[in-house]
Amino acid sequence: MAKKSIKIRAKMKGDVVTVKALMTHPMETGARKDKKTGELIPAHFIQEVTCEAGGKVRLTALWSGGVSKNPYLSFKFKGAKKGDTLKLSWVDNTGKSDSAEAKIG
Amino acid sequence: METNPERRIFLKGSIALSVLGTAIGTGLLTPRAVLAAWPADAFAAKKVPDAMKALAGSDQMSDSSEIKIKAPDIAENGAVVPVTVSSGIDGIESISIIAVNNPAPLIASFNLGEGAEGFVSTRIKMGKTGDVVAVVKAGGKLYSAKKEVKVTIGGCGG
Repeated sequence: MAKKSIKIRAKMKGDVVTVKALMTHPMETGARKDKKTGELIPAHFIQEVTCEAGGKVRLTALWSGGVSKNPYLSFKFKGAKKGDTLKLSWVDNTGKSDSAEAKIG
Repeated sequence: METNPERRIFLKGSIALSVLGTAIGTGLLTPRAVLAAWPADAFAAKKVPDAMKALAGSDQMSDSSEIKIKAPDIAENGAVVPVTVSSGIDGIESISIIAVNNPAPLIASFNLGEGAEGFVSTRIKMGKTGDVVAVVKAGGKLYSAKKEVKVTIGGCGG
């Protein structure tokens, strides 16, 4: 398998879990030109990111190509406990997807 | 050197067309079962009101002091502008991030699930200096706040 494309960390402070995630993705808007050939680079970006913990969807992020390359995402939620598994998955506009899991610590 | 205004307009038009072309070519504008939730119309919109209508069904927003946007005053690199939105408004359903002067202003929309706090942080691209607007949907209403970010190098040209 290729290098892991998602780094994810979930930390609990009080009753709030803070999630930080870094994904590896080119996030091409489709409006950028290849400097050598002058042709447009086709759009290739993550469209949807879903985060689940404790069997519930905590956050769904809908993205355009306006999100930076190798996107970073952070959010907070309540209602989970230490040791729960947090699952993050993404789908891009070409239909590719990836996911990663982390234990809340 | 003299600039020809007509040529400017022509260039703008052809860029818009080519964006549309790639959108169709890559299947962005064709409905897909898997990504039924992804609001293609909202993301393709060139103007903020159009984007909000497509995304939330309304462009009626009221300013709120309860939304905080953390973003740099000056972004040296428009390709990576860190933006954090936090809000204490009750019952937040979603948080959207808009860069007013981008070719496609709507950048991201975060639908908060169970237990999620009014807080999201990400990094966005900005083509040029302009306002970053955060739109919070709570109780069926839209609230917004904005912050100007000066961009010294654009992130959309490459």
